[in-house]
Amino acid sequence: MLITPLIEEKAELTDGGLAPEPIVLSTRIRLARNLANEAFPGWADTPQRESVMERCFEKLTPLNALQDGVFLQISDLTDLEKQVLVERRLVSRELIESKDGAGVLIAPSQGLAIMINEEDHLRIQGLHSGFNFLRTWDEVDALDSKIEDCLDYAFSDDYGYLTACPTNVGTGLRASAMLHLPGLVMRGHMEKVVRMVNQLGLAVRGSLGEGSEATGSIFQISNQQTLGESEQQILKRLINILHAIIQQENNARGVMLEKQPEVIFDKIGRAFGILQQGHLISSQEAINLLSLLRLGVDIGMLPEEKRAKIDRMTMEVQPGHVQCTENADIEPEERDKLRSSRLREQFATFPELDFNNIQWIPNPQTDTEHGTNE
Amino acid sequence: MAKPEQCSNCNKPATIHLTQIIDNKIHKVDLCEDCPYKQSVTDPEGFSLADFLIKDPSSIGGESSVKCEVCGFTPADFKKTGRFGCPHCYESFKATLEPMLSNMHKGTVHRGKVPEKALARLSKKRRLDQFEEDLREAIESENFEEAARIRDLLAEAKDSIKKA
Ligand SMILES: [Zn+2]
Ligand SMILES: [Zn+2]
Repeated sequence: MLITPLIEEKAELTDGGLAPEPIVLSTRIRLARNLANEAFPGWADTPQRESVMERCFEKLTPLNALQDGVFLQISDLTDLEKQVLVERRLVSRELIESKDGAGVLIAPSQGLAIMINEEDHLRIQGLHSGFNFLRTWDEVDALDSKIEDCLDYAFSDDYGYLTACPTNVGTGLRASAMLHLPGLVMRGHMEKVVRMVNQLGLAVRGSLGEGSEATGSIFQISNQQTLGESEQQILKRLINILHAIIQQENNARGVMLEKQPEVIFDKIGRAFGILQQGHLISSQEAINLLSLLRLGVDIGMLPEEKRAKIDRMTMEVQPGHVQCTENADIEPEERDKLRSSRLREQFATFPELDFNNIQWIPNPQTDTEHGTNE
Repeated sequence: MAKPEQCSNCNKPATIHLTQIIDNKIHKVDLCEDCPYKQSVTDPEGFSLADFLIKDPSSIGGESSVKCEVCGFTPADFKKTGRFGCPHCYESFKATLEPMLSNMHKGTVHRGKVPEKALARLSKKRRLDQFEEDLREAIESENFEEAARIRDLLAEAKDSIKKA
């Protein structure tokens, strides 16, 4: 398969990047860019799209940041390969559903990727595990400047970088963090948090059942506005709000552990049991169970180094990944069997949960970016 | 648990409820599971409520026959897709665009990064075009002294682009 090197490689979100931390799973920044004097991808006809893609491939593949990377045309991929790329967050659904002349360039670490002819000609994305906006911005900014050396961007003095959708115009910047918020979910505080974040002009995404439940208690928070502020201002505002949410999550965990430790112990203990002994686990269920085990690592029930393992499993229990490791299209029930047997294998090597050594030091790593670096 | 809302896009029962506050106005969107507008948490692009807002027909010029002279895009196309046709559309639809931008964003003027090198290349190219036009005019009006002067400037400018 064309994408095999991507799955086998240790990558940014699967055990190969920065050490994963509690609460902030990952940081992502993307820039929307377009070529001057070319119709946007949605309005362009096939020959126009193909000529833009050819030009981009020609100019971008020699860039240092993409050395030894993977360059793919979407039309060359099978449905399963496309699904895996989406699950790895390397491309969007829109890209894989698009007409001819769409592609993606992926750096070896998978921390940088450029989608070609998605909604805009270029979508440059930087991705890191943990809370790393400034580092991610520096990398994306540098790559963007290199691209600008060899391609003419559509830019206006008034409106900045011109994008197909006016919601992205200006900086073309969307910054987002994936947060793991089991404490706030268990305490029933998510609705309040969502309201607060919305009021501050940010978006919270996910399948929010009643505004309080998302698979694995994972929420994505991102800026919505792109024009009228500098990139630094946008990031600073987002970082400040994320710090407030992290603090709330820490408080929620602290309160739970102080008042009803058995509730948390019971949930984590049961999750561990199912992962070790289950035989038919859906991807949704697996993600929810792994989320609880991640919390278990955070509070000292499992060794720190298991966090990266759990993150990798969270990626690999997704339907596309399960099929990809078997290299075949597999029916859902058969997938559940395969998924569970792989989980049983992985968890057989885990130590017993330690219920007597709960360490809860709130917020140890996530303050590093607190406005001091910039 | 049961919420009666229907999907904003089709009529199936909505299971995803999003709220967003723009300019102190609360906007709510309810979506069903299978709706094409639904995008999961893991989707890099996620979901933008603004996509819905700008499809509101009243938000961009009505019946007008304005067309982007570069790409032929019309306001009707914008209503349908919520996207523009080409970079020049921002000029072509400036009048209807400004109020929309001020609804959506912190301001209506760009305050971020500027592609210095691309702009420098562009202004050089514009200068070349201008020289070439001046040269043509000078020759047409048989002003050969002026034409020779411009030809030198043109050669110099082309040279500096080559070196860059
Ligand atoms: Zn629907
Ligand atoms: Zn146009």
